[in-house]
Amino acid sequence: MQGMSIIVKKVAQLLSGLIFMYGIYIITHGHLTPGGGFAGGAILAGSLILLVLAFGSDVMRLQKREAGSSIMESAAILGFLLLAVAAIIAGAGIFFYNYLPKGQLFHLVSAGVIPLYNIMVGIEVAAALFTIFLALVIYKEELKQ
Amino acid sequence: MEIILSVILIFMILGAIFALHAKDLLSALVSMGIVGYGLVICFLLLKAPDLAIVQIVVETITLIIMVAIVLDSTRHELKEKAAIRHDGQSFMNTRLVGNIFIAVFLGLVLFYSFRLASAHLTEFGEHGLRMAGAYMEGAAGKTGSVNLVTGVLFDFRGYDTLGEATILFTAVVGVLTVLRLKGKHS
Amino acid sequence: MTLYLLCFLLFLVGLYGVLTRRNLIKIVIGLSFMEFSIFLLLVLIGYVKGGEAPILQPGMPATGFVDPLPQAMVLTAIVIGLATNAMLLAIAIRLYKKYGTFDIRKINQLKG
Repeated sequence: MQGMSIIVKKVAQLLSGLIFMYGIYIITHGHLTPGGGFAGGAILAGSLILLVLAFGSDVMRLQKREAGSSIMESAAILGFLLLAVAAIIAGAGIFFYNYLPKGQLFHLVSAGVIPLYNIMVGIEVAAALFTIFLALVIYKEELKQ
Repeated sequence: MEIILSVILIFMILGAIFALHAKDLLSALVSMGIVGYGLVICFLLLKAPDLAIVQIVVETITLIIMVAIVLDSTRHELKEKAAIRHDGQSFMNTRLVGNIFIAVFLGLVLFYSFRLASAHLTEFGEHGLRMAGAYMEGAAGKTGSVNLVTGVLFDFRGYDTLGEATILFTAVVGVLTVLRLKGKHS
Repeated sequence: MTLYLLCFLLFLVGLYGVLTRRNLIKIVIGLSFMEFSIFLLLVLIGYVKGGEAPILQPGMPATGFVDPLPQAMVLTAIVIGLATNAMLLAIAIRLYKKYGTFDIRKINQLKG
């Protein structure tokens, strides 16, 4: 897949970092403001997709990225599960128990494990959507050869 | 409020009908965008900002993926060539009448079941917080999360989120399996 | 009740598309219309007249919110809808590679 013109490349370069930062903000403030892991993860995937679409890439590089994001996704879902299982040990034997101290309302570090769940789900959704997109792009590239 | 929502919904239905009848697949996808983004406005009016954010991003990514697929293939609508035997006019007529009869019958049955189902629904805006009352009562104190949707999602209903993550993982593995042209070691 | 009826109509439009269209992509589009109508119906049921978005503000009483439970369910359903859509599209383009068309009348040989 070849990239687009120099203007598109430059604008994508400038914007994708901001979009990525916005996604991280949405994820980490998920327990205070609208948003959370699902929305933020989709935004992160959107910024990565923008970069791939603007710059283009050859199949080998794309395959490497696909392997990376696939591993990332598996690791994130494993982390989510481990956080949930850790509640059995830390709490009174309850799955999905909120075992960390709740902290104060309206503070960034509060709500116990909910921000950690948010981060895990965010990474999982972002990696999943990016993997699906990369799989489609690689399929089309291999078909052309 | 109800009137605005009704107008948006009527627009969405018109967009949906056009999307199903468009000659070009690309314009069908654009009309599908009408429905998806109309849904975003409905969510915003119904006080669900979380859903609006998710839906607008997901709709955009879906459109990107679908356009990428459609651009490389035959975009034009298939010729609706008659796959019917040419036995004569009378056969055509009986077939047409039968089709209309089946369609009307199916519509009536579905409408009847809708009437049965909607008899138990409360009027729009009169919802009683029977189930969620227990969740909302001191939810911020119980979970520590100010955003009640996140609190429900990750604390009271953690199992559902785990199931969702599993389905997403399964879908990704399925896509990778279906779209692999050559094996890893060949 | 009008709004529920309109939601039902949107569902019927999607069902009509799935049943009568011959193009695989249009079948996927019809399925996603059915999904959309169900999302909207669930959120409509959970709406409370004059309710606020279910997010606390400092110094505000914690009452008068819309129902957060359907919203949480729909939030997961939207992402699942994207995943199933991607799966359906992957199968569609594999079929396109094999048969050279999206027409389901021509995709009728079940041998591998």
